[in-house]
Amino acid sequence: MSDPQATSGARASEPAGTQPACRARGVVALTPVNVCRVCVVEVEGSRVLVPACSRKVEPKMVVKTDSERVRLSRKMVLEFLASSVDLSCAGAQVKGWMERYRARPERYGPPKAPAAAGERDAAHPGHHEPSHPGAASTVAQLVKLDNDLYVRDYSKCILCYKCVEACGTDAQNTFAIAVAGRGFDARISTEFANPLPDSACVYCGNCIGVCPTGALMFKSEFDLRRAGRWNERKQTVTDTICPYCGVGCTLQLHVQDNRIVKVTSPLDHSVTSGHLCIKGRFGWQFVQNRPEGCKE
Amino acid sequence: MRRGARLYAVDPRRTTSAQWADVWLGLDVGSDIALANAIGREIIAAGLHNRAFVERATKDFEAYKAGVEKYTLAYAEKETGVPAAAIRELAHAYARADRAQLCWTLGITEHHNAADNVFALINLALLTGHVGRYGSGLNPLRGQNNVQGGGDMGALPNKLPGGVDVENAAERARFEKVYGRPIPPKKGLHLSQMFEAMEHGTMATAYIIGENPVQSEADMTRAIGLMMRLEHIVVQDIFLTKTAEMAHVVLPASASWCEAEGTVTSSERRVQRVRKALEPPGQAKDDIVILCELARRLGHDWGQPTAEQAWDELRGLSSWHRGMSYRRLEDLGGLHWPCPSEDHPGSPFLHDRLWKEPVEGPPAPFVPVEHDPPVDKLTKEFPIRLTTGRRLDSYNTGVQTGGYTSPLRRGESLDLAPEDGARLRVADGERVRVVSRRGAIEAPVRYDTGLRPGLAFMTLHFQDDVATNVLTIDATDPKSGTAEFKATAIRIEKLAAGGGLPHRRRTAVGAAAREA
Repeated sequence: MSDPQATSGARASEPAGTQPACRARGVVALTPVNVCRVCVVEVEGSRVLVPACSRKVEPKMVVKTDSERVRLSRKMVLEFLASSVDLSCAGAQVKGWMERYRARPERYGPPKAPAAAGERDAAHPGHHEPSHPGAASTVAQLVKLDNDLYVRDYSKCILCYKCVEACGTDAQNTFAIAVAGRGFDARISTEFANPLPDSACVYCGNCIGVCPTGALMFKSEFDLRRAGRWNERKQTVTDTICPYCGVGCTLQLHVQDNRIVKVTSPLDHSVTSGHLCIKGRFGWQFVQNRPEGCKE
Repeated sequence: MRRGARLYAVDPRRTTSAQWADVWLGLDVGSDIALANAIGREIIAAGLHNRAFVERATKDFEAYKAGVEKYTLAYAEKETGVPAAAIRELAHAYARADRAQLCWTLGITEHHNAADNVFALINLALLTGHVGRYGSGLNPLRGQNNVQGGGDMGALPNKLPGGVDVENAAERARFEKVYGRPIPPKKGLHLSQMFEAMEHGTMATAYIIGENPVQSEADMTRAIGLMMRLEHIVVQDIFLTKTAEMAHVVLPASASWCEAEGTVTSSERRVQRVRKALEPPGQAKDDIVILCELARRLGHDWGQPTAEQAWDELRGLSSWHRGMSYRRLEDLGGLHWPCPSEDHPGSPFLHDRLWKEPVEGPPAPFVPVEHDPPVDKLTKEFPIRLTTGRRLDSYNTGVQTGGYTSPLRRGESLDLAPEDGARLRVADGERVRVVSRRGAIEAPVRYDTGLRPGLAFMTLHFQDDVATNVLTIDATDPKSGTAEFKATAIRIEKLAAGGGLPHRRRTAVGAAAREA
């Protein structure tokens, strides 16, 4: 999800904005897919609102980022997303936007019960059930726990496609995942919804690196959150170089209580553009498997 | 590649890279020089060599031309197994390209004629002028995060830091002045020579830092036997490796990439900072602290330098690194050597002197080399070529990658072409006995359609379970000291029902160590 403040061209009448998440300025690591629609702006002469993440700036372009039409559209998109998706890990920004645009997702009613295991994966295009009156349809379902490295919690997925692009031509070129289904049944899926170990996944974790809502998460982070011990205020982030091959990828070690809890890489580093392989992303466990009382 | 770059993959196995490539040249193991020389001959015969570059920037072209004369496409097809048309296509594509690079890794260097293999590739770059210009060049892709930096810092038997020849008296004097001590005037032994010295009884002590030779050396049984003759072994490591189990003294070290400050140098000669993110466990100490403490007990007070102070001393001595202050490394995300001064932007590629007008320095020599097949010959008794390598999710002897559970990991196997499996009547998944001239191990078979008949593949990642290096040969390249891990002759035997070795060989090395 991008910051509604982020615009490709306009700088006019912008209140002090927050850091855009989709396209941090100067970073071209990701192809904008313009599907989430939160960043739409009004361009003079354009019949429809346009997504700021992908619209190219042109000379003499007049862009309105905070018009009544833009505000209404953003409010609606935020309400749709927040009523159907768990945005609890999507960052403090989102809460700010909800307040700014006075989004009230609760007016769609209480959330419908989560889907049973496998139910959403089995949905066929064109067979969508009508929504329950008085209850908000959601994408809620069980967390997919099928390996020790990362989890997929599609209750938190806003279908921004970033993971699909990172797995595909943006970074990894593995093509293990794609969007399956249509409309409200659309979801990110492996081939035939197979568990990850039976898919083409090579566990580079580049999808986690670009996921803005916490739907894709390190197992280490997931476990700490579940145990109530995840505490970002206690964490330090240190840049170092991967201990494995000769490429020299920058690793950002997120450390809590003297233990690595996850590894990222800066999107703007010329060696990695934010992308790693399985060893750099997950292969650090060996430094914390050693016994504390080494003999001298 | 999406922008139009063409990729030619030259590899005995049809790897993932080969699958992406425009053309895969599946050559026989150890026939690299036959292929490279045939490419060179074809380029010359077609008149596609860069005459102007050869004329002004190189020497010994005539000797090279005469040397490759016999490497016809037909001869190369016979020696390499690659169709002549594919060799011709690669030769023409490489010679005609505006910019082209030759990238290689251990498939070229883990041979008894490793340096010759590299010379064969250098000859091609000189022939076409694909060197010393942006986007062109010769790129050995280093397999470890600081194998380049280790050499640059002088961890080579014949070099002082910054690539300085240790036998150069004037240069040595410059270092002696700063170090305040005399430096031995003769070069030392490289790893293979050390094992020879152990055999001859002229080496009695080994101080091993961050290496696991008990499991990583070719012909492992022999390597362990030789190490057992040592009177004293000191191991400084972050793990109690199989080598550390043999040691008389183990010095627990901190992990240099996340528990200490310093620098590493990547494959592209880019020096980057590593930083401390964790406190090391127990009594593990920073390598600098251990070395300085050792020096103090040997009667030399080196103080307690920080990593930056040690680096600044190095910068004072190495012109490659002089301009690389910690501050600049931080601000610029690393710098490529040579970087001789603090206003120098670093050097993303080398050898541009060859394109200067006039050429700076001596001309680059062609070095004619001859095809010389692997030492471990294929015979009726040992008819299958075993080559070794790595898998994506594991690393060398597995002491580091063994620490995490990878969903991709399947454990060790003897990978075989399905055609060989059918011919030998061994099923996918069946445990077999693998025999070479040096030893035998057991491993499960895995069919791999990326292998051609006659070629088998194993890794070194699971030495505790399957000691692949019991099979490999320690025939080494006299110039580089590298063993021929890539070419072993084996045969495959079916196990008698219920017979064979127990599944795990774990105890073999440990027992040997205890006896020592």
